[in-house]
Amino acid sequence: MTISKKDIEKIAYLARINISQGEAEKLEKKLDGIMSLIDKMQSIDTDNIQPMSHALDISQPLRKDEVTDYDLRKKILPLAPETEESLFIVPQVIE
Amino acid sequence: MLNLSLQSLSSNLEKKTFSSLELSKFYLQRIKHHNPSLNAFITIDEEKSLLMASKADELIAKGKKLPLTGIPIAQKDIFCSQGWTTTCGSKMLENFIAPYDATVIEKFNEVGAVNIGKTNMDEFAMGSSNETSYFGAVKNPWNLDLVPGGSSGGSAAVIAARLAPGATGTDTGGSIRQPASLCGFTGLKPTYGLVSRYGMIAFASSLDQAGPMAISAEDCSLMMNVMTGHDRRDSTSIERDKEDYGSKLNGSIKGLKIGIPKEFFGEGLDSSVQKVIDCAIDEYKKLGAEIIEISLPNNHLAIPVYYVIAPAEASSNLSRYDGVRYGFRTKEYDDLMDMYFKTRQEGFGEEVKRRILIGTYVLSAGYYDAYYLKAQKIRRLISEDFTKVFKKCDVIMGPSAPSVAFKAGEKQEDPLAMYMQDIYTISTNLAGLPAMSIPAGFVNHLPVGLQLIGNYFSEANLLNIAHSFQKNTDWHLQSAKGFE
Repeated sequence: MTISKKDIEKIAYLARINISQGEAEKLEKKLDGIMSLIDKMQSIDTDNIQPMSHALDISQPLRKDEVTDYDLRKKILPLAPETEESLFIVPQVIE
Repeated sequence: MLNLSLQSLSSNLEKKTFSSLELSKFYLQRIKHHNPSLNAFITIDEEKSLLMASKADELIAKGKKLPLTGIPIAQKDIFCSQGWTTTCGSKMLENFIAPYDATVIEKFNEVGAVNIGKTNMDEFAMGSSNETSYFGAVKNPWNLDLVPGGSSGGSAAVIAARLAPGATGTDTGGSIRQPASLCGFTGLKPTYGLVSRYGMIAFASSLDQAGPMAISAEDCSLMMNVMTGHDRRDSTSIERDKEDYGSKLNGSIKGLKIGIPKEFFGEGLDSSVQKVIDCAIDEYKKLGAEIIEISLPNNHLAIPVYYVIAPAEASSNLSRYDGVRYGFRTKEYDDLMDMYFKTRQEGFGEEVKRRILIGTYVLSAGYYDAYYLKAQKIRRLISEDFTKVFKKCDVIMGPSAPSVAFKAGEKQEDPLAMYMQDIYTISTNLAGLPAMSIPAGFVNHLPVGLQLIGNYFSEANLLNIAHSFQKNTDWHLQSAKGFE
């Protein structure tokens, strides 16, 4: 499977990363190399094999839906690039 | 002094031969002297470290000393440490001051260990040479023109240069063991889920595991006693009785069955590295171990599978860096989308962007089954290889890395060559097994690591197998010239 410049544009959009023209050209070659490495998987017969998503096949533990952390605003908000009162500020999204 | 074990540092603190304050000052002085040439630390905060040391001395005075109380430990900059800048090697988090402690940090704090600084690393732990760090490459103390390995390259240089007696690392595909091999010390990646991932900045969550880096296996056992334990804040943390990882040290290894996978000795392995590994295995024979030839037939698929699963998980984990709630935000932007795009373009380095793009691709509509699901199926085959082999042997041995340390810049432009550095380490992350690297000898004055892979939760045994070797050899006690 080869990756075209168009594919790169599409995935860069999905990943929300700006890619310059120069970067796209460099990327095309490198991503192609990585994809051909990955494609070594395709010759392996995996019919009837269960996918493995957890190293120890342990199921997700559940807990009660209770609030355990209170009043984190003072701790969390100063980390943001832009805030106002108790809000994170982003460019306007609704006209 | 520099080769003293954690155990003897600890008893000296207890006997008050020196205080934690004196010990910490001693290491901070060494750091001040050597860090400019090594670039092993991203953050050094003398005031904070010395305050922790004074508190440790108070505990010692009160007779409340635990094994690591007052011992300086360097922390990989992937662990959130309250009040400390925690960058994960990225511009994205250059000014991020962690609002809470990772469980690993909390546990070291609870026993009164001293955080002696935050160590450099590949950006978001993606790399095998510590050259992808936004804060500059780390140098290998054995030869400053060479890389220390990665991604825990800062912690690796710290141990090799004796800038702290212990350090933490994380290992997603070999990031503790490969640098341990290239820098000549002992590193352990525990069974997946044994050490909590809470507050450890996520790369590939189904593979990430933290572990100790130190001079010897005995030192690692003391650090394991602190680092492990169930944590309900990490849903993949394992519920298990607390274990003493030093309890099996000094047990006999007569009759130990060592499996040697033929796939670890084929094409790609440097022949002089192989000689060192062969000699180390001979040493085990002398100690009474039995050698069995084994096969891990799917090992050659570990790298392709890893480069689907790890980027897929990374692309999801790293979507949180959007310039809204914390971290870097671009200076100029027209609207929200523009802000996301530029923030992520400027905030992430090349290798990180590459992996996010690969991950996005393999998870995107139409490709999920062919790549992500396929990789997860082969992951099971790789894991089952180990299950079969562990019916025949107690431990698997082979090289930790295919070569000794290489020149800075040499593989930077060739991702595939760089990825091959982890050819012997990745399969254990996929299976979730514990594995170590221990110093086994030298090639042209550069260290070579022997890898030991154990069955699930066999860390105490593994540490004893490593310790038996270290009682009979002194490779682990040799230190780099200029750092003795």
